[in-house]
Amino acid sequence: MDFGFGLSPSSAVTLDRVDLSLYRKLEELNPDIRTCIACGSCSATCMAAEYSGMSVRKLILNIQRGADVSKMLSCCMLCGKCTMVCPRGINTRKVILDCCRYFK
Amino acid sequence: MIYQGKQKIWSDYQKEIPDDHWFYVRSCIRQSFFPASEAHFVKIVRDLLGKDLYENPHHTTCGGIAYHSDTIPQETAMTIVARQFALMTEAGYKNLVTSCITSFGNYTEILETWREFPELEARIREHLWKACRREFDKPEYVAHASDVIYKLRNEIAERAKFRLVNHETGEPLRIVEHIGCHYSKMFPHKGVGGAEYPCVLSGMAESWGGKVIDYPERRHCCGFGFRQYMVKANRGYSVSNTHKKFESMEPFQPDVIITNCPGCPYFLDRWQYVIAEQTGKTYGKNGYGIPVLTYEELAGLVLGYDPWDLGLQIHQVAIEPLLDKMGVSYDPSKKYLGLDEKEIMKPGLPTVLKCC
Repeated sequence: MDFGFGLSPSSAVTLDRVDLSLYRKLEELNPDIRTCIACGSCSATCMAAEYSGMSVRKLILNIQRGADVSKMLSCCMLCGKCTMVCPRGINTRKVILDCCRYFK
Repeated sequence: MIYQGKQKIWSDYQKEIPDDHWFYVRSCIRQSFFPASEAHFVKIVRDLLGKDLYENPHHTTCGGIAYHSDTIPQETAMTIVARQFALMTEAGYKNLVTSCITSFGNYTEILETWREFPELEARIREHLWKACRREFDKPEYVAHASDVIYKLRNEIAERAKFRLVNHETGEPLRIVEHIGCHYSKMFPHKGVGGAEYPCVLSGMAESWGGKVIDYPERRHCCGFGFRQYMVKANRGYSVSNTHKKFESMEPFQPDVIITNCPGCPYFLDRWQYVIAEQTGKTYGKNGYGIPVLTYEELAGLVLGYDPWDLGLQIHQVAIEPLLDKMGVSYDPSKKYLGLDEKEIMKPGLPTVLKCC
């Protein structure tokens, strides 16, 4: 029956069911990724953000939730500004490079 | 009494509820959603337990729905509420009890706003005087009707004719309790148990023999959310909220859901039909849904009132499986008979959700 409105898929994240292999690998290569506080400084300073939707904060969050990040990675220009502003000193540029290597 | 340790922490979450002399204000939507609920609240509290509960036929809506839907400014809602307070003052009462969670949230929000901004209260007093020449005292205590039933739960349990126990197996019924968001999420210290451990409904269910189940989305909104539902294009959000809750509670096989808000039982009940039509899925056993009751209806069942007098035929989800489990006797032929024993209209049957 068509009621004129539908059921949208649940946004609930069940960490038991998602694939966290990329996050585990990144954690191994860059243990400091665990200290990310999702402040968004990286995204705020990103040169590509406004035009491409690139956001390092979102990238890390999506990796932690096992979501697909390959499209976002292709937007990064590897300028390294995000690394310069990270208050926790995470080498975000290396995190992005490691992700790119994983997808190759 | 001096509380220490965990007792001290828990005492911070408690609410001292006066046990008598109440001015009762009804809800505008509950009277059409669940028409017998408020009548039975009055019946239980005033007639059965002999408490002093007064209601004035001249009281109106609190303006909460219009306020939350952005159709009136808060000052208008405040003036409406000030008039209710004036009626209460004229009748000589100091404790206000509201039937509706939206009203409870609205009254509490207004009193807190006046506490922070006394000049606003002065302006509202002026508005009320200009509009209808009335003056008011602020209530000493604002409670929700579920607080009163919570306070009286043991007296109800003493008079219980049925318990929330499967009468064949002797096992307690599995109860899902759903607290309205405006009860304790807006002002946590105003609700029994605060926002983290609201126990107003679980306390009732446990004292009447049931077992409360804890499931991941227990504190999630039912999906009503005013603008989510009132704008048709947004109704997908509303039904998706409800769907999320049902998916989460399904593995625990609840026997009944109880709620203390006008919107929650309506949506948890009606959306089961919509979800069944949209996805073909039902959440009860053998194609039935999970019955959803208000706390007054549950108290009425426990006290042995006739299910059809309690208005349980108004619900979308069939109530009979629950009545069978509790051992409540009922006459199926009288389900759709009015007060004068005349046949009232029977609803059409859904294609997926099984109804008796």
